[in-house]
Amino acid sequence: MDKQIKQNLGFLLLFICILTTIFFLGIILYFIVVRGIGALSWEFLTQVPRKAMTAGGVAPAIVGTFYLTLGSMIFSIPLGLACAIYLSEYNTKSFIVNIIRISINNLAGVPSVVFGLFGLAVFVKYLGFGVSILSGSLTLGIMVLPSIISAAQEALMAVPQSYREASLALGATLWVTIRKVVLPSALPGILTGIILSIGRVAGETAPIMFTAATFYTRGYPNSIFSEVMALPYHIYALMTEGVHPEEQTSIAYGCALILLILVLTMSVLAIILRQRQRSRSCYGT
Amino acid sequence: MYKKKEKIIRWLFTLLAFSSLLFLVGIMVTLFASGLPAFQELGLFEFILGKDWYPTYDPPDFGILPLILASFLVTIGAVLVCVPLGVGSALFVNELASYKQKAILKPIIEILAGVPSIVYGFFGMVIVAPYLQRILNIPIGQTAFTGSLMLGIMATPTVCSISEDALSFVPNSFREASLALGGNRWQTLTKVIIPAAGSGISTGIILGMSRAVGETMTVLMVTGGAAIIPTSFFKPVRPMTSTIAAEMGETVVGSTHYHSLFAIGLILFLITLLFNIIAEIISRRYRLKLGLGR
Repeated sequence: MDKQIKQNLGFLLLFICILTTIFFLGIILYFIVVRGIGALSWEFLTQVPRKAMTAGGVAPAIVGTFYLTLGSMIFSIPLGLACAIYLSEYNTKSFIVNIIRISINNLAGVPSVVFGLFGLAVFVKYLGFGVSILSGSLTLGIMVLPSIISAAQEALMAVPQSYREASLALGATLWVTIRKVVLPSALPGILTGIILSIGRVAGETAPIMFTAATFYTRGYPNSIFSEVMALPYHIYALMTEGVHPEEQTSIAYGCALILLILVLTMSVLAIILRQRQRSRSCYGT
Repeated sequence: MYKKKEKIIRWLFTLLAFSSLLFLVGIMVTLFASGLPAFQELGLFEFILGKDWYPTYDPPDFGILPLILASFLVTIGAVLVCVPLGVGSALFVNELASYKQKAILKPIIEILAGVPSIVYGFFGMVIVAPYLQRILNIPIGQTAFTGSLMLGIMATPTVCSISEDALSFVPNSFREASLALGGNRWQTLTKVIIPAAGSGISTGIILGMSRAVGETMTVLMVTGGAAIIPTSFFKPVRPMTSTIAAEMGETVVGSTHYHSLFAIGLILFLITLLFNIIAEIISRRYRLKLGLGR
């Protein structure tokens, strides 16, 4: 009897835990959607800001976030993929691999603001790129590199060994095997990782604060050396700078909603892709 | 011909594979190069144990003890929120939820993990802080408590998904053995499954803490930013990360202030490095214990 009561209480407690977690997600989504939806309009998405950031739209910030995300991916996808291929196809067990693996793990744990400091010291100052799309993209690219590597590595490891053996037995070289057999079968998994990384990069603020972002630009960026507005930084700036707190807060709600839609679309896309892949694949998870 | 091409490709991949090592070393070198001058100019102990942080006063004070204590306080608070929620949720998802419930709950937690920190910060600033200010009747809503709460919610998915992984590694035979001996499900959970997954769960907790220590935008927006030694959970504080983010824009390159912000970054880096190493050691032992290999 006592045992039974304890069990019920315990299960109830766990249920409360999961309920609270879901409740927080719900309440955040609720407030951002309900208060942000009013700010959204065609004008808001396509116009430049007017009247000291109290009217007009946030199009330059959307464009800026797009450029930064694109730039970071151009940098990190080839590099991350190459690293993953080396670790899972060329050299799977050795001292060197262990060192690389440990450094990836630790790079993944570095706080985002520290990446910002690194970007400021190296790209903005030392290499002289200034506060620009280029500096911001490189900083963000280094930041997501570990997640892209681990995702790609996991996807490559999940390809059955027999696929490789079959290809090699037919006389294909290692590189041909990787290109024609291993990569195509690992592609959905790699794609999932990339999509999740895009979501993360688009929402990051701390690394671009001193490397790329600015509160206000007159128009759209015209080269990779121009500074940009970016959605996440724009939310922060609207809440901490400027002289019209009320109008700015409502614009910030709008920005937060756009950002949330953008990022969550990526998460959902990744989840769907993964589930489809799981149900289709013949080699389990 | 083929052989040569293969060799070149192999070397190319080897070279590129070292990039992550290069960046990690690069970050360390940068932080040391720009941060060490602060220690030299101010003295290591005066810097770390100094009680006053007034970088723009004349003469300026560069003591980061208030910032370290603030980070510490907010992280402890966040752990109190994210450990019960994260581990509890993981236990529910892995041990109690049906297959269908799992298919819904896991994506929800993943979506929660995807919400950008700026959104948590914004939400904390415009909704949570004013609300707490009203119901707790405190002068400012942006306090260490608010920061802990938001960080805790943010770190919950991290703790949850790593704990969930650890739980799914516990072999089913453990569960079956316990149930066969007459233990009920709760006893099996608390006496068999949690101890077996213990190190995996602690890895999750440590990585959650590491995330909370390094989180910037959320604490910048919700903790109030007063650089004084924290005396209460319900007063504004200024953690290390938000100090860097708030002040870096206004410093002159090469000034003592600039160097000391890098020195704070260095300390932050070393703290998270330590957390990661501990997590790595624990998870390695755990995998050996359950016979999963490295």
